[in-house]
Amino acid sequence: MTVVSMTVNGKPVSADVEARTLLVHYIREALGLTGTHVGCDTSQCGACVVHVNGRAVKSCAMLAGQAEGADVVTVEGLAKNGELHPVQKAFREHHGLQCGFCTPGMIMTAVDMIRRKPQLDEQTVREELEGNICRCTGYHNIVKAILAASEEMR
Amino acid sequence: MSDLSEQGVGKPVRRKEDFRFITGNGHYTDDISRPHQTHGYFLRSPHAHAKIRKIDTRAALAAPGVVAIFTGKDIAADKLGGLICGWTVHSKDGSAMKVGPHPVLALDTVRYVGDHVALVVAETHEAAKSAAELIEVDYDELPACVSLADCEKPGAPQLHPEAPRNTCFEWELGNKAETEAAFAKAAKIVKLDLVNNRLIPNAMEPRAAIGEYDKGTGGYTLHTTSQNPHVARLVLSAFVGVAPEHKLRVIAPDVGGGFGSKIFIYAEETACVWAAAKVGRPIKWTAERSESFMSDAHGRDHLSHAELALDANGKILGLRVKTIANLGAYLSTFSAAVPTYLYGTLLSGQYDIPAIYVEVDGVYTHTAPVDAYRGAGRPEATFLIERIVETAARETGLDPAEFRRRNFVRAFPHQTPVIMNYDAGNYDASLDKAMEIADAKGFAARKAEAARRGKLRGLGYSTYIEACGIAPSAAVGSLGAGVGLWESAEVRVNPTGNVEVLTGSHSHGQGHETTFAQLVSSRLGIPIDQIEIVHGDTDKVQFGMGTYGSRSGAVGMSAIVKALDKVEAKAKKIAAHLMEAAVEDIVFQEGRFTVQGTDKSLAWAEVSLAAYTAHGFPSNEIEPGLKEGAFYDPTNFTFPAGCHICEVEIDPETGVLEIANFVAVDDFGTIINPMIVEGQVHGGIAQGVGQALLELGVYDGESGQLVTGSFMDYCMPRADNVPSFRLGFTKTECPSNPLGMKGCGEAGAIASPPAIINAITDALGIRDIEMPATPARIWKAIQSSRPRAAAE
Repeated sequence: MTVVSMTVNGKPVSADVEARTLLVHYIREALGLTGTHVGCDTSQCGACVVHVNGRAVKSCAMLAGQAEGADVVTVEGLAKNGELHPVQKAFREHHGLQCGFCTPGMIMTAVDMIRRKPQLDEQTVREELEGNICRCTGYHNIVKAILAASEEMR
Repeated sequence: MSDLSEQGVGKPVRRKEDFRFITGNGHYTDDISRPHQTHGYFLRSPHAHAKIRKIDTRAALAAPGVVAIFTGKDIAADKLGGLICGWTVHSKDGSAMKVGPHPVLALDTVRYVGDHVALVVAETHEAAKSAAELIEVDYDELPACVSLADCEKPGAPQLHPEAPRNTCFEWELGNKAETEAAFAKAAKIVKLDLVNNRLIPNAMEPRAAIGEYDKGTGGYTLHTTSQNPHVARLVLSAFVGVAPEHKLRVIAPDVGGGFGSKIFIYAEETACVWAAAKVGRPIKWTAERSESFMSDAHGRDHLSHAELALDANGKILGLRVKTIANLGAYLSTFSAAVPTYLYGTLLSGQYDIPAIYVEVDGVYTHTAPVDAYRGAGRPEATFLIERIVETAARETGLDPAEFRRRNFVRAFPHQTPVIMNYDAGNYDASLDKAMEIADAKGFAARKAEAARRGKLRGLGYSTYIEACGIAPSAAVGSLGAGVGLWESAEVRVNPTGNVEVLTGSHSHGQGHETTFAQLVSSRLGIPIDQIEIVHGDTDKVQFGMGTYGSRSGAVGMSAIVKALDKVEAKAKKIAAHLMEAAVEDIVFQEGRFTVQGTDKSLAWAEVSLAAYTAHGFPSNEIEPGLKEGAFYDPTNFTFPAGCHICEVEIDPETGVLEIANFVAVDDFGTIINPMIVEGQVHGGIAQGVGQALLELGVYDGESGQLVTGSFMDYCMPRADNVPSFRLGFTKTECPSNPLGMKGCGEAGAIASPPAIINAITDALGIRDIEMPATPARIWKAIQSSRPRAAAE
């Protein structure tokens, strides 16, 4: 067991966990932030995407210990003072979710994508979503939502 | 949102349920933790077929954190029943289907890789998983049969002694004599062999369950990722015998997609809820994705031979089909119905075919059980008819659209030879509209332009019909279903005027919390934020049959309409009493009750409050309260239909394909929320693209191992595998339900695969290509069809 500490959604946190604990399990179980999801066991599906020190990361592919001292943002930390993030609003406005299970990871990937590439087009969005699998929406409205949010945030 | 006109039926209302999902506040089963819970982990068979000689759990029991270990013997000692198939199909000779027992945990035999051998219960998931590795199972490995084509042959390894030649049933449907006569006089017979490829559903949320037992009350609670919690409760109580129905609460909270795979009652939730009473603590299990691959019910997996008889003018005289359908190692809950009554009955397609005869052999193999997956039998039927029709068009030299038009049904109602009676439709309208949106006329020019760039373009049609909104209870009962397929709704009006609707439907992505509220808002004239849709808990909703088979609009919402009719009738009585008028003179409109011809009126909230204060009600005429329930049994299936057109561009150097354009025009009757309906079509088409181009569940013939056991090996459609879609709608109202709705949830997955394969074969100028048409397969097809001379 080892004490792992970091900042999550702006708050300092600390928990005593087994050294092999993945970041996603630290977030879900030690911190009780269940918005980040586990959808696979090969780091392909992207349901677990969070931001670590400003970059989108698959939290299933990282040990909690590797995030020691890091600044982590999960989907629960996106809205500020009750105001939804433009990407969250866009997903609702454009029906970019159905069952909602892939959605937190999609949103976190989208926020990162828009940050890195302020001038997005449909083809680029589709390629950038390679690490996020959705079984419900067929991606059509997810792409619309991301393009709309990107437009609004420019 | 206070503008009521923007909240009613027909409006693209943004979803109420989204807030919790976009903020990470959903409650999926794995998000839920129960006090003092333990974690369950299933030891699974590594063999496709083996006898279990002995299971030694001593070392595992001594491992750190282990609370208990259960095997099939423990469950048998408790006299629990096995898992069941709720639909009995009969063979041609009149005998019932041959079913071997399906124990919750294997007793003496394991029959597929992933079959359930033991449940380890421990303090943590890791402790349970580590302990499972210490269980010593003495297996006698046996030969396995995983190749569908081989399993009915003499000498194939046998799955169940009850089913000789691994044959569960030999089923037939149609008018055999008329079909033979049609073929005898045919001017031309077109033949095609088809494979409908095995798919693995892979909803993004893996299956999970939490079983609990309260030793004070003797009550069980099961949280489960189910599309139908009441059906789970009924099966677990009446067939498995875990607990009597009234002592078992089943909760399906937020569920992350189902597509059919979460209809069935599986070993895992059964074992967890049973074992919770033995252990005295809750047991939580969540599948790892590799377990989902191994043990979620798979889909499709048919081998078919089809023949189409034509007259000299391209008119279809008859269709005959022989299909071998893979059932997997055991019959899953719905499985027998899927390749029979949900398949054979759709073989007429949109065409007027006077003679159809289909034979289906349901065959056991040493693979995961196969059951309903988005479309459930109708994609298989549509693929067959649309591929053979396309082939027939090409072989008779007729334009594919023209060939179809020569055969469309145009007079309704239309009785097919395969049970279905099509009530209403206009197939020309959807074909015309799709051709217009797809610019079919301009295709030749686009093909030529692509050829100048060295690329091959093709255009493929799929004019589909499907039968959903399942289903009239009497009809399915007569066909072997053990259950009725009605739906229930209870509308509870609160004293303050807001409303709760308790529905037997279950939303796992379909947006019922919004669409059902739109219906109520339109009827009662109150805003949707005053309407709460309650689903998924057997303690709250008395009974419901759940959501699958595109039924929640046609059947679920019709039940709500009936309940609303009763609410309106009683509310009018109350209003009449309050305004001292005759009930016949009360008009209810836009949320107000008015005495006709006067300016006396009451608001909805005044009447709802009065229902509960009940001052001065004539007690023999009006009871206090305003709450009404209804059960709705459909009188027919609904028949959505339409046309998909796919245009592909293929690079002959690499076999890589791009979908240049995908058009879908659908007739869903009345549409409650067009935004949600379009989303259902998008998702269905993406799954159809997956079937046609990417996905295949593979078992190794030698070892029986599931080769495609993770997202590394099984190609899920990703955003760059699909284009943006172009949708259109036509409308013929469904005459059989109060709203005129047809189901929309599965049509995308049903219609799209043949459109794509038709486009590819058109582009390559070949007769056929197998699904998934991967770049490797496309490239090989191009090589084998190239004339030798070109190479020299």
